[in-house]
Amino acid sequence: MPGKVLIVIPCYNEEASLPALLPELLSTNLPNGYQMEALIVNDCSKDNTSTVAKKYKATVIDLPVNLGIGGAVQTGIRYALENSFDLAIQLDGDGQHPPKELPKLINHHLQTGANIVIGSRFLEKEGFQSSFARRMGIKYFHWLNRLMTGLSIYDSTSGFRLFDRKATQLAAANYPDEYPEPESLVVFSKAGLKISEVAVVMAARQGGQSSIRSFGSLYYCFKVTLAMFFSFIRKP
Amino acid sequence: MLRIQIITIVVNILFVLYISRLIVKGKLREEYAIVWVICTVFLLVFSFWTEGLELLRRLTGVVVAANLVFTGFIFAILIYLLHLSVVASKLHNDNKKLAQEISLLKEEFNKHLEKTEK
Repeated sequence: MPGKVLIVIPCYNEEASLPALLPELLSTNLPNGYQMEALIVNDCSKDNTSTVAKKYKATVIDLPVNLGIGGAVQTGIRYALENSFDLAIQLDGDGQHPPKELPKLINHHLQTGANIVIGSRFLEKEGFQSSFARRMGIKYFHWLNRLMTGLSIYDSTSGFRLFDRKATQLAAANYPDEYPEPESLVVFSKAGLKISEVAVVMAARQGGQSSIRSFGSLYYCFKVTLAMFFSFIRKP
Repeated sequence: MLRIQIITIVVNILFVLYISRLIVKGKLREEYAIVWVICTVFLLVFSFWTEGLELLRRLTGVVVAANLVFTGFIFAILIYLLHLSVVASKLHNDNKKLAQEISLLKEEFNKHLEKTEK
């Protein structure tokens, strides 16, 4: 019996990028007969994200208050759990994660049996590689992650991720709100989940703004370091 | 009785009355009022018992009595602020859960509505 995959798309003011992203996503063929459902989690956008999203064959969840990326993704994860999806894949609404790369994540999961598969920009030097400062930050988190999880994750800030049933159960109960990507890896690895990376090609964002801008990047590093440390010493 | 004593006692009584009013009107929960009531009790005790502060000062070895008051109160205020941060964090988590639950329910409700309309 073919499995069901939920594509979780957290959106905050993404009315500009959705009309390009959604048709491409919905026409993507997934391997192994997997059935796809697209879920837009509208994180209380100020623009018409919700109205735009409803024009397509996708489920739209409107959050009544802005929860931040982590809270939005967790909403999608909970939806996946409640509607018994086999896999949930987070795909950012800004067009950075091309839908044509989805099969790579699923195939990698099928081959390795990893609970979490991260689409990584850095395993192969291809496509959009982001700015210098950002790459430095990502290097730092690579080091920090290796320290805390013993894993060598090159793109720990990547939001292009696959969660299997086990990871979905864990993330539905415990997923950080703000800047969740590196921190959640500590949580997952402490719970004994298998995390693996696969090379994908990413695009530069099509519209909107990154949640991490120069202004807040130091705060980002500090907050994430602190959060990772406390997740590390917390009893599972 | 000194003039300053009378002033502090009157202010204290007004403060207690205001706290009571807030509680009665349901604007302040009792658990958060405890700290304020304890504070006023302290102030009231020391406004009547002026030698008390001098006694405490000698016991703790502080040179100027005013410093003891400031240190004590600043410490108490910091602890209370920390408590408020804990309360805010709990509210933040509860709020997140509620928002998620509501949005998921709404989606499910709409789905059912569409089904019955067909």
